[in-house]
Amino acid sequence: MNDADKKRLLREMIFYRRFEDRTFEAYMERKIGGFLHLYTGQEAVATGVLEMARTGQGTDNDYVITGYRDHVHAIKTGAPAREVMAELYGKETGSSKGRGGSMHIFDASQNFMGGYALVGQPFPLAAGLAMGCKHKGTDQIAICFLGDGANNQGTFHETMNMAKVWNLPVLFVCENNQYAIGTHINRSTAVLDQYKRVCAYDMEASQHDGMDIDVVMEASKKAVDFVRSGKGPYFIEFMTYRYRGHSMSDAKGYRTKEEEAEWQKRDPIKIYSERLIEAGIIKAADIKAMEKEIDDEIENDIIKFAEESPEPKVEELTKYVLDDNPDPRWVGPLHK
Amino acid sequence: MAETAYWEAIRRAHDEEMANDKLVIAMGEDIGVAGGTYKATSGLFEKYGPERIIDTPISENSYTGIGIGASMTGMRPIIEIMSINFALLALDTLINAAAKIRYMSGGQIACPIVMRTPGGTAHQLAAQHSARLARMFMSTSGLRVVTPRGPLDAYGMLKSAVRSNDPVIIIEHEQMYNLKEDIPDEEFFRPLEGAEVVREGSDITLIGYNYSVHLCLQAAKRLEADGISAEVLDLRALKPLDRESIRKSVEKTHRVLVAEEDEAPVGVGAEIMAVVTEDCFYALDAQPVRIHAADVPVPYNAKLEKAAIPSADDVYHGALKVMGKI
Repeated sequence: MNDADKKRLLREMIFYRRFEDRTFEAYMERKIGGFLHLYTGQEAVATGVLEMARTGQGTDNDYVITGYRDHVHAIKTGAPAREVMAELYGKETGSSKGRGGSMHIFDASQNFMGGYALVGQPFPLAAGLAMGCKHKGTDQIAICFLGDGANNQGTFHETMNMAKVWNLPVLFVCENNQYAIGTHINRSTAVLDQYKRVCAYDMEASQHDGMDIDVVMEASKKAVDFVRSGKGPYFIEFMTYRYRGHSMSDAKGYRTKEEEAEWQKRDPIKIYSERLIEAGIIKAADIKAMEKEIDDEIENDIIKFAEESPEPKVEELTKYVLDDNPDPRWVGPLHK
Repeated sequence: MAETAYWEAIRRAHDEEMANDKLVIAMGEDIGVAGGTYKATSGLFEKYGPERIIDTPISENSYTGIGIGASMTGMRPIIEIMSINFALLALDTLINAAAKIRYMSGGQIACPIVMRTPGGTAHQLAAQHSARLARMFMSTSGLRVVTPRGPLDAYGMLKSAVRSNDPVIIIEHEQMYNLKEDIPDEEFFRPLEGAEVVREGSDITLIGYNYSVHLCLQAAKRLEADGISAEVLDLRALKPLDRESIRKSVEKTHRVLVAEEDEAPVGVGAEIMAVVTEDCFYALDAQPVRIHAADVPVPYNAKLEKAAIPSADDVYHGALKVMGKI
């Protein structure tokens, strides 16, 4: 990876942090409704994994699917940030035309197959996306990002079993932030190391530091290559931490300030910035300038676009329920 | 034309659609090597192989979810659920995902799956193998629900369901798999929308769907002997519902009975009653009647089972009540 790419990756992580911070403000201003789950603290995982995946090639991309904490995964896969923000604003120009909101960002043009609010539901959907790739004989893979909490759903076990039995090209990325909403993993889960749980299905698995993007990328490259080469599914676990509450309604009463401070010492943006400065790739002043540029872009382009975009038309309330232009040969109505 | 059993009609539709499009696959418990619980896929494993006739583990929610995920890439999976009771396990992926993905993605992603499953009561299978559940799917936005009453629709609607871009639930019935009917030798399709008058009449409309159409037809024969001309309307599709055909028939006969094998509360009959009330209240000459199952889990004992579910006799007597004869 050359210096320009390293700078780009740093910029991307700072961008995601600032983007999420700005959605927080917009939420407080009631510009954004519903639930809002922010990715702050976990940036190195989605950025690092997807850097190693196939993106930027439209519908030839790898398929990406995740839970409700989905803004950053969508953008890194290729969804335009302004459309993601417009979706949060509920606008017609949003990723899902204002029908999905924060938890349901979709961009089919980039094979970003959505954010889902049912914990654990993306496991089988991801395996199905992988089945599609395998059946069509493409070399695409499916990548499923979920938290540690999702692993206590039945879909986890059912899907790991079938993914292995059918040798599906799917990479399961476990972002272990140790909290299932407000319940710590050691109070809910018999086995703390999540990668060990797929041993029961004889699946390749490994566990890594999720705060250091270089570690994430190195591990992800191996996992992605493994899956793409047809060797079957892979389960990769990254140890990480979300700085904010589960969602905006979360006062974080279930954990200590000391624990938060401990994790923030190893902030993914901080450690990568320091590494690049030390290597002489970037200067502290450049990073300051970068932040300013990002803030300007978010305010003058992304927020402006979201603010000024039209809302969906009420007359189109029932659009998209079923195929809006069905073929009468199959659908009817029945003519006598 | 060839006399074809219901299960053979389904098998033929699978075979033709799989031959027509490589993206069509079938998945379910025991559908491959074992040939399918109701033989609906018999011989197809040998013909299409394990990649297209997929024997699944007993994991209804996730194999349905895998089918849905595959459909999001353009595949067209036909998912068999061995009994509609087991479909309850798959409600998360079916209702929370398949039925909603098109909408919540703003129309970007379709989920063209077909889920086939037998609902209904048959030969003492008891409470956990006798559910009907049509009402639950009927009340879910984003799904199509069809109820083929015989081989013609079983074949033609499955073929249409495979080609439709929406998730389609096909509710079959344990008692109908051996039902025979002449169907054309050449390929044909039956649409997924629209009720059908299967017997013309002028005095009363008997509305049924799935197996209850046959109860209505048997009752209509007896009514004819009493000098009562009953029209039988097969709903065919529960979602979307063909309100227009209901209105037309009721405006012609001015009397209506709905027969359903399911329990009454918040059911198909309740919905039809609401449609009749909203769309053709003033056409009614008599109070409508619902014929339905008793509000109990289906019992094992044969006598109790028979008492729990509606019969042609119940439909006949219900019709006499509407006609003011009893």
